[in-house]
Amino acid sequence: MWTDFPLWPARAANFADRVDPLYMFLIAVAVFFSVGIFLTITIFAIKYRRSVHPQAEQIEGSLAVEATWSIIPLGIALFIFVWGASVYFSYGAPPKNALRIYGTAKQWMWKFQQADGQREINELHVPVGRDVAVTLISQDVIHSFFVPAFRVKMDVLPNRYRTVWFRPTRTGTYHLFCAEYCGTSHAGMIGWVVVMEPADYEAWLASGGEGSLASSGEKLFRHFGCISCHRSDKGARGPDLAGLYGREIHFQDGTTTVADENYIRDRILGPRPPDKQVAGWQRDIMPVFRGQVNEEQMLELIAYVKSLQQNPLNVNPNAPIPDEEQRKRNPQVAPQVIQP
Amino acid sequence: MSAPSVAVEPREHYLNVDYGIRSWLLTTDHKRIGILYMISITVMFFIGGFFATLIRLNLMTPAGDLVSADTYNKLFTMHGIVMVFFFLIPSVPAVIGNFVLPMMVGARDMAFPKINLLSWYMYVIGAAITLYSIIVGGVDTGWTFYTPFSTTYSNTYVFSSIVGILFAGFSSIFTGLNFIATIHKLRAPGLTWRRMQLFLWSNYATAVIMILGTPVVAIALILVAVERVWHIGIFNPALGGDPVLFQHLFWFYSHPAVYVMVLPAMGVISELVTTFSRKRIFGYEFVAAASIAIAVFGFLVWGHHMFVAGISIYSALLFSIMSYLVAIPSAVKVFNWTATLYKGAISYRTPMLYAFGFIGLFTMGGLTGLFVAALGVDIHVTDTYFVVAHFHYIMVGGTVMAYLGAIHYWWPKMFGRMYPEGWAKLSAGIIFIGFNVTFFPQFLLGYLGMPRRYHAYASEFQVLNVMSTAGASILAVGYLLPLIYLIWSLRYGEIAPANPWGSTGLEWQTTSPPPTHNFEETPTVTEEAYSYDKHPEMEFVA
Repeated sequence: MWTDFPLWPARAANFADRVDPLYMFLIAVAVFFSVGIFLTITIFAIKYRRSVHPQAEQIEGSLAVEATWSIIPLGIALFIFVWGASVYFSYGAPPKNALRIYGTAKQWMWKFQQADGQREINELHVPVGRDVAVTLISQDVIHSFFVPAFRVKMDVLPNRYRTVWFRPTRTGTYHLFCAEYCGTSHAGMIGWVVVMEPADYEAWLASGGEGSLASSGEKLFRHFGCISCHRSDKGARGPDLAGLYGREIHFQDGTTTVADENYIRDRILGPRPPDKQVAGWQRDIMPVFRGQVNEEQMLELIAYVKSLQQNPLNVNPNAPIPDEEQRKRNPQVAPQVIQP
Repeated sequence: MSAPSVAVEPREHYLNVDYGIRSWLLTTDHKRIGILYMISITVMFFIGGFFATLIRLNLMTPAGDLVSADTYNKLFTMHGIVMVFFFLIPSVPAVIGNFVLPMMVGARDMAFPKINLLSWYMYVIGAAITLYSIIVGGVDTGWTFYTPFSTTYSNTYVFSSIVGILFAGFSSIFTGLNFIATIHKLRAPGLTWRRMQLFLWSNYATAVIMILGTPVVAIALILVAVERVWHIGIFNPALGGDPVLFQHLFWFYSHPAVYVMVLPAMGVISELVTTFSRKRIFGYEFVAAASIAIAVFGFLVWGHHMFVAGISIYSALLFSIMSYLVAIPSAVKVFNWTATLYKGAISYRTPMLYAFGFIGLFTMGGLTGLFVAALGVDIHVTDTYFVVAHFHYIMVGGTVMAYLGAIHYWWPKMFGRMYPEGWAKLSAGIIFIGFNVTFFPQFLLGYLGMPRRYHAYASEFQVLNVMSTAGASILAVGYLLPLIYLIWSLRYGEIAPANPWGSTGLEWQTTSPPPTHNFEETPTVTEEAYSYDKHPEMEFVA
């Protein structure tokens, strides 16, 4: 019968081993202090009840006592702070070689796209034992990606990619909840995370899919006409995007930024601030795509741009790839950055 | 006491000085305004409690069979708005503070009696607009109004709800103004800051938060209204805004608002513990300074509501450590109350039972605060029932227990009648048990991973939810009993003496009920608060 009445969530990812010990320690602290105070009050209340102790003895207080019960709790609190912070840090940037999965949240569903094309709604398949990084964006309001068995939660914001990572440690099917109230069917914005053996996962990946994210992105790249400006030949009116992802971008006002997913998304959607014009390129040529590209298409486009890293596919696949020296000498011919 | 056999001379006091509805609606007597507030917030408490009842009934089954998802979302939103803005925030300050604060400083009234009345009118207008919003269809954004849901996506009565809250906010600002001015300017001769009762210190700290914090939430909500009505991009990224900005503005007030709810409650507990152990407080300076420290540090912790919301890791670190620092003065208060019992002469009257209840439940609420302030653990428990349980332990286990303790404690002063002790003790016990049965299971639910604001839930959460609902029905009985016996006592309660508890508090050194001008002659204070050793003549007569 206790299967219907669990007191502990499943422990199915690396973070469970970081969070649960701290939680246990906090329970110990809480029990120690609450039982201590409860017992003290009970003892005093009985021992000094008015019927047996009618005359109170006045006591002013004591600096030593006050200092003791300020400093000891402060020490415990700071210890918990440091421990909690170290756990928090482990949630930080995902490991470099993590399996990348992209997803969008919207009222009231989760959509996930595996890199090689599997798409799923309200289900997320991941292999056991491998670092998995899920990059998420919301199409409308704020949602929150919450997998209790993984001890993982991250608010999913509109207009901004955020990435959460975890390493599943146990196969099985686990709850996925939306944890940030998002309207009527908030409680229905739920799903399952399916943790599989790597071989099963590979088989599952092969079982479906409509081509990789990047290949879908390439179609969009042609569909939206991006390809007519972003090319590597002399007719380019925008920068060649090969190798863009992860590179430092120089603006005309002298500032720089690194081209990550959020950067690529912002540049595609626009509007682009005039002083953040990419150095070497003419202003106001690129159309504003806000309202024309939905979040799923955006993920495909970004996957395509990122794929140009390893595979500098372009208008003319036979065109020589400009080397770094050439780019520096003549950015018009071989610009290294996207042209807004 | 054998009251009926003693011939009581008809004496003029604030209740019988004038009759009729006009004499109440146009009064500038702080005591009458306190009573007006008490009636208003009691109405709002039972409205908010009605919503809570429906929420708990709906959650008895995993499918949420009682009400629709939309209705459920409106219920928890309106429960939050009504309870936070129209019950908890005004509870101790506007009812108890209004009634006793001027008497505690030995004054005839507040510094600005008309502004005091205006404060109540602001409250009533705000409550009326909120009730209007509820009746015409309700609002479903959660009491937190998170953007861009509230500005763009919700199709409910967001605007009128915001206007209602703005009025309540101004009532709170006016009350805070009056407290600060009254404590600064109207203290009786000899009543130095170090002789003030601790209830004054904690309400002073509260008033500072009210004045500095409330305008910020007003601005945040006005910006929500501006974006919602005129589509000016502030929070919605589709209009060029930043949704997380709203959370900063909102919590900048709404976290200190927790201290608006709990600081005055702490002041009540200091009065109850000293009176019913007939002892001066242990470490007066530390308890007083802790109130000020909480008010100051309380303004620097708002980001702990946003550890998974997309703030930088460094600001998260700062907000986490500040949250631990603000916990220390609260702990110091608990330790000092406990130490005050040592070698006291303790009586277990109803107000003292509520004080014990407060200390126990507030301690639990505070200790679970250590969980949610721990960055790594908060990732898992934020936005789950763990947080719901935590803040109910503070706000209901803390503030409501203290408010009820205060009502029983000062009831004889307010109405010149004693409440029925047996019934009162019984209901205090029922409330304590009902509260724990309701909210303790929610800690477990939260760590298991049940998110808050869920109309329906996974079936493995049902047992704990049913326990919680069972507790809520016990709690409901506990809250209805005082409503009945306190009203009964207005007519049939024993006649109360001037100082039934033998308290040294200045507010007890006048008749019950007090005359309109509180004291026959301005009192002079010559000693510290809680000098029970110097006043063996102040006996416990109740």
